[in-house]
Amino acid sequence: MRRPGRELRELLANPEQGRPAEGLPSRIARDPAGVRYDHHFIVDTIEEGSRVLDLGCGRGVLLKLLVDRKNVRGTGVEIAEEKVYEAVGKGLSVYHGDIDEGLSYYPDGMFDYVILSQTLQEARATALVMCEALRVAKHLVVSFPNFGHWRARSQLLLRGRAPVTPALPYQWYETPNIHSLTIADFRLFIAGLGMKAERSFYIGRRGPVGFWPNLMAEHGVYVLTGDSVK
Amino acid sequence: MSDYLTEGGSAASPVGLVETQYAEFEVLPLDSGLQLAPLEIAYETYGSLNADRSNAILLLHALSGDAHAAGYHEGDDRPGWWDIMVGPGKAFDTDRYFLICSNVIGGCRGTTGPASLDPKTGQHYGMRFPVVTVPDMVRAQKMLVDRLGIPRLLAVAGGSMGGMQALEWVTAYPEMVDSCISIATTHRHSPQQIAFNEVGRQAILRDPNWCGGDYYDRTAPDAGLAIARMIGHITYLSDGSMHEKFGRRLRDKEVYGFDFTMDFEVESYLKHQGEVFTQRFDANTYLYITKALDYFDLANGHGTLVEAFRELPAETRFLVIAFSSDWLYPPYQSKEIVRAIKGNGLDCTYLEIRSDFGHDAFLLEAQQQTHLITHFLEVTAHRRGVGG
Repeated sequence: MRRPGRELRELLANPEQGRPAEGLPSRIARDPAGVRYDHHFIVDTIEEGSRVLDLGCGRGVLLKLLVDRKNVRGTGVEIAEEKVYEAVGKGLSVYHGDIDEGLSYYPDGMFDYVILSQTLQEARATALVMCEALRVAKHLVVSFPNFGHWRARSQLLLRGRAPVTPALPYQWYETPNIHSLTIADFRLFIAGLGMKAERSFYIGRRGPVGFWPNLMAEHGVYVLTGDSVK
Repeated sequence: MSDYLTEGGSAASPVGLVETQYAEFEVLPLDSGLQLAPLEIAYETYGSLNADRSNAILLLHALSGDAHAAGYHEGDDRPGWWDIMVGPGKAFDTDRYFLICSNVIGGCRGTTGPASLDPKTGQHYGMRFPVVTVPDMVRAQKMLVDRLGIPRLLAVAGGSMGGMQALEWVTAYPEMVDSCISIATTHRHSPQQIAFNEVGRQAILRDPNWCGGDYYDRTAPDAGLAIARMIGHITYLSDGSMHEKFGRRLRDKEVYGFDFTMDFEVESYLKHQGEVFTQRFDANTYLYITKALDYFDLANGHGTLVEAFRELPAETRFLVIAFSSDWLYPPYQSKEIVRAIKGNGLDCTYLEIRSDFGHDAFLLEAQQQTHLITHFLEVTAHRRGVGG
């Protein structure tokens, strides 16, 4: 009889499984200066001196960029204790907690921008988090990995396997992504929530992508506003 | 611990020898409507005040603490209660900041309290000492800070009851405080916290030696005070830390004694803690201070907790720290404080430090606290324009 534990060990030991190094985050292409293209776009988008709330701020890389380059008044939320220490070490102010705890303690319009950078796919109450974000801020910036990218599609179609790509570097049994969405899914979703995309930006393997984003982009970045429902 | 954390604690050189100083005041009006007159405050300072008097930080002690936060007193073999955090190169860096710590009113470690002599009668105050509150303690500290000629505090900082005082400071004197560091604390006691305090008080009140609080010329109610301390001490530890520290180990025996002498290691530890406490603490002070803790509610006089922070300058900064295993002041209470602060658009960093030390973690977890406080104070000092 085969022992499941042994099978799993073999699976993990097999490099062909494409299992990434421990803790390796989703790969996102960088500009020549070494700044991730999604961060580059977000820094360009946000006006000087804005009030910014970064939900899932991680080690504070984006928030620090925004403070340094756009002089924003920023604060972050991060669930991983070790990442909070690093963000605080950058001089940032961070709330150690879960974004699913909600934002009910913030009055309406407290921020100019709420950012959900590579966070949405890990949030449980997705619609609630986004609606709350557009209650406390004028604009919501969302970036996420696109499951519709051709590389992911081909793994599913040709090999019949759940996709593991540089943008989606996790096996199904270890992924923190509790939602798998495509750019087309996201467009439908925001339309259903009555939100409007003010700007969008797509990133492929080497940099910005201008056409067929749902097929060619590894990541999508949207700037949303909720004006149409208010 | 990971290498991104700031080095702190044991590696740095000590504060050295320090002496407690005393300041006298004519009168202190109290929340009860009564007043305390005269009043003496015991305090210590570490580091030096800079030329523009902008680098002062007030440290605030917990229930059983005192003015002696750091360094050594002549002949002592143990340093002050927060020595791991205060000193050259430590979180509260005495090379950069001027630290002040005073004993609270109602205390028994130099500041006027129930054990002091009432000048009107020449007798110890005992229960004739007026009931004091956390805001009263802070009002007394404000008089001390004024006396020292310090117009603004770079930070007010403390754990447990010290955290309550820090929050009271920043809401009572918002124009005087740049930042507030509040650790392992609450904005008001829950019924469970009041209940633990009441058991401690009853242990003292029911000790036959208590004698209505007039025991200063005879045997003190040490049994009651020791039991109060034992109960308190249990709430400062965690289930995990007690497993780690004692397990079910027996004390000086291989098998159960089948009697009511001491069996377990943990029993011996608590007995020792209770006895040691009676040598340095006054039973009446324990009654007064626990009452002050139970009365404390930051929303008092403001309406709601959120409104308590409404009048603060927009630049006021907060650092709130809780510990995962602290069941005396659980992290949810710190989160309530943080949400009220953030609801006012004020800058606040919050961290729940993973620790097995329970409530006592604020006195023990040097590395994480040092990292957070060092960077927090650096940003505060930078914004205030305080030189290094």
